[in-house]
Amino acid sequence: MTPALALKLLIRFNRLSACAGRILLSSGIVALALFQAAALGGPAPVRRQTPAPVAAPQAVERLTLAYLGQLAEAAAVRPYFEPVVADRGVQGARLGLVDDNTTGRFTRQEFALAETRLAPGDDAEAAFKRLVADGRRFILVDLKPEVLRRLAALPQAHDVLLLDVSSRDDALRGGDCASNVLHLLPSRAMRADALSQYLAKKKWTRWFLAVGPAPEDRLFADALKRSAKRFGMKIVAEKTWTHSFDDRKTPESEVPVFTQGSDYDLVLVADEAGSFGDILSYRTWLPRPVAGTQGLVPSAWHHTLEAWGAIQLQNRFRQQAGRWMTEADYGAWLAVRAIGEAATRTRSLEFEAIRSYLLSDGFALAGFKGVPLSFRRWDGQLRQPVLLVQERSLVAVAPVEGFAHPKNELDSLGYDEPETSCRAKP
Amino acid sequence: MPSHDRRLIGAALVLLCGVAAADTVYVTLEKDDAIAVIDGATGIRTRTARIGKRPRGIALAKDGKNLYVAASDSDAIQVIDAGTLNVTGTLPAGKDPETFAMDPDDRFLYVSNEDDGRVTVIDIAARKAVKEIPVGIEPEGIAVSPDGRWVVSTSETTNMAHWIDRAKLEVVDNTLVDPRPRAATFTADSRQLWVSSEIAGTVTVIDTETRQPLKTISFKIAGVTPEKVQPVGIRIDPARRYAYVALGPANRVAVVDAQKLEVKDYLLVGQRVWNLEFSPDFGRLYTTNGLSNDVSIIDLASHKVTKSVAVGSHPWGVAVRP
Repeated sequence: MTPALALKLLIRFNRLSACAGRILLSSGIVALALFQAAALGGPAPVRRQTPAPVAAPQAVERLTLAYLGQLAEAAAVRPYFEPVVADRGVQGARLGLVDDNTTGRFTRQEFALAETRLAPGDDAEAAFKRLVADGRRFILVDLKPEVLRRLAALPQAHDVLLLDVSSRDDALRGGDCASNVLHLLPSRAMRADALSQYLAKKKWTRWFLAVGPAPEDRLFADALKRSAKRFGMKIVAEKTWTHSFDDRKTPESEVPVFTQGSDYDLVLVADEAGSFGDILSYRTWLPRPVAGTQGLVPSAWHHTLEAWGAIQLQNRFRQQAGRWMTEADYGAWLAVRAIGEAATRTRSLEFEAIRSYLLSDGFALAGFKGVPLSFRRWDGQLRQPVLLVQERSLVAVAPVEGFAHPKNELDSLGYDEPETSCRAKP
Repeated sequence: MPSHDRRLIGAALVLLCGVAAADTVYVTLEKDDAIAVIDGATGIRTRTARIGKRPRGIALAKDGKNLYVAASDSDAIQVIDAGTLNVTGTLPAGKDPETFAMDPDDRFLYVSNEDDGRVTVIDIAARKAVKEIPVGIEPEGIAVSPDGRWVVSTSETTNMAHWIDRAKLEVVDNTLVDPRPRAATFTADSRQLWVSSEIAGTVTVIDTETRQPLKTISFKIAGVTPEKVQPVGIRIDPARRYAYVALGPANRVAVVDAQKLEVKDYLLVGQRVWNLEFSPDFGRLYTTNGLSNDVSIIDLASHKVTKSVAVGSHPWGVAVRP
């Protein structure tokens, strides 16, 4: 299927995917009925046992979360061998829902998900207002930063929590931050710092910075420069890659010229759309590795991660979705699990109880990356390890050993409390 | 008293009590697809034998003849002759078995199947799975109460201890514990269940009679950030005087006063310490250290680490034969 066809097929649709939850719940009720029978009719125990405390059959409480996603216009033509993912994010949310409902069948809490997926050009603001009017207050969003910024500032968003499952924008977490938004995936600054820590350990400190033409490329280049300063790196050259539409230019002729003129340890590339970064490796003037948006890539989640039980999540996701888990899927899974975890611990489905627990000291989310994850109170960012990966190999996980922090080593990545420019704390 | 003298007295006590008995320590090597054998008294590795793929959980039959090893990537529990280390058979363990627990009467094995959220009950003699019990997502820790009444399974993503009535093989109660529960262990009198939570960095002590938590124990180590404290394996001595908790990447074993439920000490061992086992006389504790590829031996009279034994790649589980 071509990407264009996939987009056409993705006409906006709303859907309530609580069926999985219902199936689990009904089996939960059967199980609960059995609990009592078994507890009373068991064999003569060695010591006197009190019956299992399941006698009070409370009503099941229900919380419906919302998912609002909008596909971006494809910036570059994807290579034919790259599978088209038309349901990124939402599949992660659905898996999180199954996980929440498994705990919920023991705690008498049920979760559902109202899905709204928009095509490019659809009115996200209207869709958002509809969700709020329907009573949705936890809203997962997979939206462009400028759209998210606009929605968060609406009066309708006042008593709502937006869970940003896909952006990496530093401004959304800094000067443009909003008190009603939490960010599940690492910012560009966190990704750049993760790379820097590893490159500092390798003593690959002299960088050639290759920046693409898109505004996002400039943002990642800025994050790399901030990080270079923080970790004592030297940017010996910085060049902007331009797309000239000149047929005479080939990667073989262009890349060596582009990378000629200075000596450096490696090429740092900022090309988020993937329009030129992949052609740099093995074509540079000097034999140098490539890192950044291509080559060695900092990532929140990747199919090479197996440790810390991650293989379980990879397998469960693949079984459900028939493909690998993308970063946005991981972000959405984390968002749904965070709400589920808060609901379990507070024994409540009330908005304020869950919201304040998410930001409390007690909140610890198991995200299959070896350490507990939690939200930074100064900007709503989920603190987490960042993977450094190539297609078939997990190279390192940041924070890299040796980069200490007085409070939490995860805060050695990205904007720490004293550095934040966020003034609207969640 | 100089520590030298204290050691002498300790040694004298050990001799008096006749507890310096030899024992054999078996350690599964997750990345070597092998099992290493250590002489417990001398701390010398005597043998290493290839077994199934990605061996993790390990237990010894009551008669000491057979070892059972969960070979996760072979999707089986292998039966291994403890003397020859030959694989003599396999038990149908379901997909990706990791940990399991033995029956008090050696009849059944209870296996956590992480991939499909089930506990599989295996009849050892018949070499047959007799029941599958649905539990939470990613069941991990599993324990059978010594009185034989309960089988408890902990699920890592559901964050619960599921109480399975052993006579009925049904879940009859659930206790919510801290995030990512790993190991579960009963006290010798079956009155308490201890559950470690890797992500929360805590151990929850649960009263068996009410299935309600009595206390949550946390660990604070000077110079170690809280995120590194990830409790996994637990061993409690039969008199419930001390409990020992492996703290994962904190590279320490916590010594807990098991009456007051307070931490007494932290013993520095190898890197990413995961599982623990007593020597048969309770004079020593063996730890598997997954990242430093060794086993630490702790003398329990003095609470001192006396030796570290290089064993091979990624030591995971440990069982001890008298």
